[in-house]
Amino acid sequence: MKKLIISAVIWGLTAGLSLADSHSVIRMGTEGAYPPWNFVDDNGEIAGFERELGDELCKRAELKCEWVKNDWDSIIPNLVSGNYDTIIAGMSITPERGEKIDFTTNYVMSDPSRYLAASEGADWKTGVIAAQSNTIQASYIAATGATLVEFATPEETISAVRNGEADAVLADEAYLKPIAAEDAGLVFVGDAPIIGGGVGMGIRKSDTDLRNKFTAAIDSMKGDGTLNALIKKYEISEQMF
Amino acid sequence: MFEFCSNPENLSGFSWLSCYLTTPKHMNLFYSVGTVLLLLLITAPTALLFGFGGAVMARSKILLIKVFGNAYISIVRGVPDIAFFLFFVIAIDQLLEWSRHKILCPEWSEPIRQGNDFVVCTIAKLPLSSSPQWIHEIYGFLLAVFTFAIVFGAFAANVLYGAMRAVPKTQIETAVSFGMTERQVFRRILVPQMWLFALPGLGNLWMILIKATPLLFLLGVEDIVYWARELGGTKTAKFTSYPHGDWRVWYFLGLMIFYLAFTRVSELIIEKLMRTLSRGTATLGGALQGQVGR
Repeated sequence: MKKLIISAVIWGLTAGLSLADSHSVIRMGTEGAYPPWNFVDDNGEIAGFERELGDELCKRAELKCEWVKNDWDSIIPNLVSGNYDTIIAGMSITPERGEKIDFTTNYVMSDPSRYLAASEGADWKTGVIAAQSNTIQASYIAATGATLVEFATPEETISAVRNGEADAVLADEAYLKPIAAEDAGLVFVGDAPIIGGGVGMGIRKSDTDLRNKFTAAIDSMKGDGTLNALIKKYEISEQMF
Repeated sequence: MFEFCSNPENLSGFSWLSCYLTTPKHMNLFYSVGTVLLLLLITAPTALLFGFGGAVMARSKILLIKVFGNAYISIVRGVPDIAFFLFFVIAIDQLLEWSRHKILCPEWSEPIRQGNDFVVCTIAKLPLSSSPQWIHEIYGFLLAVFTFAIVFGAFAANVLYGAMRAVPKTQIETAVSFGMTERQVFRRILVPQMWLFALPGLGNLWMILIKATPLLFLLGVEDIVYWARELGGTKTAKFTSYPHGDWRVWYFLGLMIFYLAFTRVSELIIEKLMRTLSRGTATLGGALQGQVGR
């Protein structure tokens, strides 16, 4: 048993030494559950706006990238502990998050969030509002007069409205739109608050080089209009750069 | 998978379902069943090994080893599984990376902890960020196996410790009077006889281990619970060829049946094992079989 442990430790410490000098791969962390931003398609691959955007950014920054799925709730902790190198998951740039991680320049402008409810008369001001935990929408609701119920995945926030657990759900318009379009039982109500400072890629604070590379790549995509084309293609936002 | 699946919009009924259930995405659900079975297959013997080690240590006459064994059993048993899983996996991962960093990059001058960040040199990463995703997955899986083994090993250690004490004293005394050394008594009398007393407890643990496998999801391994939730969620026609409503309840029903069937089969096997082990022993279970002669 002792031998087993020792050999396991030695293997752990030396594994991959021969590969050590191969050029590094940038691991892109995303949630894979937030269409059209990012989702898993029928082939089991990560797809959506951010997949296409990320692949293009990596090409422009001349980086080799690999995609990794991670739960939304632990997406920042796993970035800082080094499981992957970037977060590209529709994450809005906020001062609170900025204390833990750095952001590239935004690739989507701050866009209105919308309330989706089961009926026109739903009480979105003081009722029970569902939101995904650790999102800008969750902190927004917490600051209003409404009662906040949080869920770990976007999917659960919608079913909370469908089964009457919540009066409405607050989320990004781009996420809610296709759902509202296919379900006659759900309607948009109330205000469209603009929360957050746009969406950017999250990068470790110690990784300034990487952040600059991605910022430069995003700027170049803004410059030649390819970013706007992507935003339009996936109906992410009304606002263009 | 099937040829007629190229146009899912025109399908209905059974052929739609057979196409839906065989998309590459759906296959992940079936693979993850394999992951769970593999985890059980590796974890159970490893945990038993840890348990055996823990029990032997707790019985040791050397104070230091005894204290260590007892500490292992009581600390791990006392910490909630989820807390242990969340803490331990991150801790062991960082410990491995930290040690590799110290060995492989001695000339590195920057601190490892920079604010919130845990930064080690590129070649100390585990697995290397240049390794393909499947290596990352296997590494995560092994961390999970190790954690499961430690947690369930502590419970197994307690069961085995109790079982060793349940072996009738007369058996040991007889062995000693035959001139067996302490080691021989342990190997030939104590261990073979204790299994009978350990089996109900170990069987219990096995059941709990089966039911604990969804904790894999907490460790970032995409297990059946993850895929059931992901596949069962509402799918809008815009993003898939197989749109459907909220089917999570059906997927979770499937999971429930899977786990029920699995535990039922285990129960039958354990019962059989119990009957085999108690044959010929001076216990009520043995006597009930009519094997103990008068």
